[in-house]
Amino acid sequence: MYGRKVKLRFFFVILILITLILSVFLILKALEENVIYFQSPTEIKALSELDKKKIRVGGMVKKNSISVTANEVKFIITDFKNEINVTYTGAVPNLFVEEKGVVAEGILKDRNFFSATKILAKHDENYMPPEVKAALGEK
Amino acid sequence: MVFSLIGHYSLILGLCISLILIFFSIKNFRNSKILDAKILSFTFLQFFFVVISFFCLILSFVLSDFSNETVFNNSHTTKPLFYKITGTWGNHEGSLLLWLLVLTLFIFVFLIKTKNQPVKYKILTLVFQQIIIIGFFIFLIKTSNPFNYLYPIPEEGLGLNPILQDPALAIHPPILYLGYVGSSIIFSSALAATSLNFVSKKWASHIKKWVLISWIFLTLGILLGSIWAYYELGWGGFWFWDPVENVSLMPWLALTTLLHCIFILEKKLILTSWVIILSIATFTLSMCGTFLVRSGILNSVHTFANDPERGLFILIFLFSLIFLSIFIFFFFHKNNKNDLHSIFWLSKETSIIINNWFMMYFLSVVLIGTVYPIFLDVLSSEKISVGPPFYHKLIIPFLIPFLLIMSIGPKLKWIKSNLEDKIYLVSLLIISILISFLIVNNFDSKFLINTILISSALYLFFVTLRDFFIKKYKNISQNISHFGFSLLILSILFNNLFSTEIITNLKVGQTFESSKTKIVFEKINQKVEKNYKSIVGSFSVQNLNGEIDNLLPELRIYNQPNIVTSEADIITTLLSDKFMVINVVQNQDYFNVRYQVKPFMIWIWLSVLLISLGGLMSFFKRENEN
Repeated sequence: MYGRKVKLRFFFVILILITLILSVFLILKALEENVIYFQSPTEIKALSELDKKKIRVGGMVKKNSISVTANEVKFIITDFKNEINVTYTGAVPNLFVEEKGVVAEGILKDRNFFSATKILAKHDENYMPPEVKAALGEK
Repeated sequence: MVFSLIGHYSLILGLCISLILIFFSIKNFRNSKILDAKILSFTFLQFFFVVISFFCLILSFVLSDFSNETVFNNSHTTKPLFYKITGTWGNHEGSLLLWLLVLTLFIFVFLIKTKNQPVKYKILTLVFQQIIIIGFFIFLIKTSNPFNYLYPIPEEGLGLNPILQDPALAIHPPILYLGYVGSSIIFSSALAATSLNFVSKKWASHIKKWVLISWIFLTLGILLGSIWAYYELGWGGFWFWDPVENVSLMPWLALTTLLHCIFILEKKLILTSWVIILSIATFTLSMCGTFLVRSGILNSVHTFANDPERGLFILIFLFSLIFLSIFIFFFFHKNNKNDLHSIFWLSKETSIIINNWFMMYFLSVVLIGTVYPIFLDVLSSEKISVGPPFYHKLIIPFLIPFLLIMSIGPKLKWIKSNLEDKIYLVSLLIISILISFLIVNNFDSKFLINTILISSALYLFFVTLRDFFIKKYKNISQNISHFGFSLLILSILFNNLFSTEIITNLKVGQTFESSKTKIVFEKINQKVEKNYKSIVGSFSVQNLNGEIDNLLPELRIYNQPNIVTSEADIITTLLSDKFMVINVVQNQDYFNVRYQVKPFMIWIWLSVLLISLGGLMSFFKRENEN
């Protein structure tokens, strides 16, 4: 009925469509599971319920709040309205300094305690991560 | 001061020449028997002016001329000469000037080297390239002039970000730009060829060389950036799926796809539209990368300054280029009649099309992962980030069929083919599965996926390795690249599986002990250099077998700007890297120590070198061969 040419082209289009739908589905599903939200201490205080998903908390490291033991680093992140205690085990970046911007990634224990698995600081002196800027801009 | 003036006016002259060139091109286009000699000389003159301007900027940096704003912002008198020079492109303005330099260089080389092609095609390519060049000239002069004047003249500059003061990073931008900008030639020439309906086998074999050039440089550029991130950032890895890394990976994926397609086009003249789309996409992705990195949307070392005007300019420029190319594509492109239907299912073409499919999938994963957070931020001001698990989850499973097809595909012949020596292929597959089973058996985590992954990578490894010893097998360059790729995947897998890490906080004199490793923090020494002071920790690390290594990680406190950086100490052997980095936590006696053993690290770098070596050999291969 149809020529070989038409059949092949039809088959080809179907194949493209299927792969397209499949990959979009996969990507969306993976996004849903692996996206990490960013929140400021004030937003965390206002949370109605806590879940076990990874989040990022950003703000300033409070003055005189860093304390170090053999296997832990503790400090307080503040957005000058609210603050949150952070405990962290792992490598500390170079620009992790009191009264400078920081972003911590990890899991909330409760509204006042955050257990971080990763700390990100900004890359240079003149530059502040947009996330931190935004969190501080709300004050 | 004088140099700033000369530099500035050379830029303006360069822009004027663009306009002259377009005028002559149109004139020449009408009666196009031979290429007007004036066009060639003006192209050279334009390149020459940009070179002058570039040298003026270098001289301003070398002489520490702080009346120049760019020099003031990025240099300092105590900086070593080498970093004064490399600092020229270690900032926004200078790096754009470098971009322009490469643009003008490439079009000049293109005009000289392109023989035996119609004059109309050459002229049209020049015109499209000039449109890009004009865009960059205006961008440079209007929004990021490297020769802005400062008065009163400051005594001292602000200094270059210390993490950029590094040999790998000194050559990373030029190499990467050669790759990025190389894709602009492909873009212009694809548009020119489409407008003239000149997409032919001849065009394919001519543009293939340019695809190879930019592919080689892009590969090397990414490699250099990755090596730098490994030892300078102290994150202890080579790829972090950071948005800035992704924006360089995206054009690479598109370019690699294009490279494979060009081979089909050259042999069979099918998939013409697809090749054109890919050529346009590659350059668009490079431009997108520049936009994302330069506009300050992405948070990274590459974000030199936050200036919305710049981002807006690139965005508008980018969109006009995209519209121009879409317009040309739809109005001029005539679809080739003998597409698709002449493809037999078991042939080289099919396997390359399947390769393209996978590459496009990988590309869209990286694209969505990079762009989605930006869109979400703009649309709902919700801030999110997409981490490595996202990419791993989506890419790793698809690597398996990708690797398998990569092993078998090249063995197929053009047009119609049967698989030869099936016995060998099957037995190699069994051997690889057995070996990977033995390797993974000792590790219980994620047993199944690792076994399959390693076996498919090993399979590609064995198949390509065997092909080196078969005389009738001619395509050595391709085989080297594929062999390199299998080696890359294998080293990454082993590196991930067998890496160990210890992170602890230690005071001087303290000892850390675990079941396998003993780390003694022996002492610290202080050193004073010209532009930084440094603290060198001296550690001895003892492993299970009682072997002791001494590692000397360093902390540098730069004086201008006042920044602390960590210099990792790495002991590299063929089998593994021992990596240690220290950091000081403010007002504390404790040092934060990170010690990693990373197997096959050097093989990751070597395999990428092999991949680009394959490209290099293909570039120098004689045309008439095969």
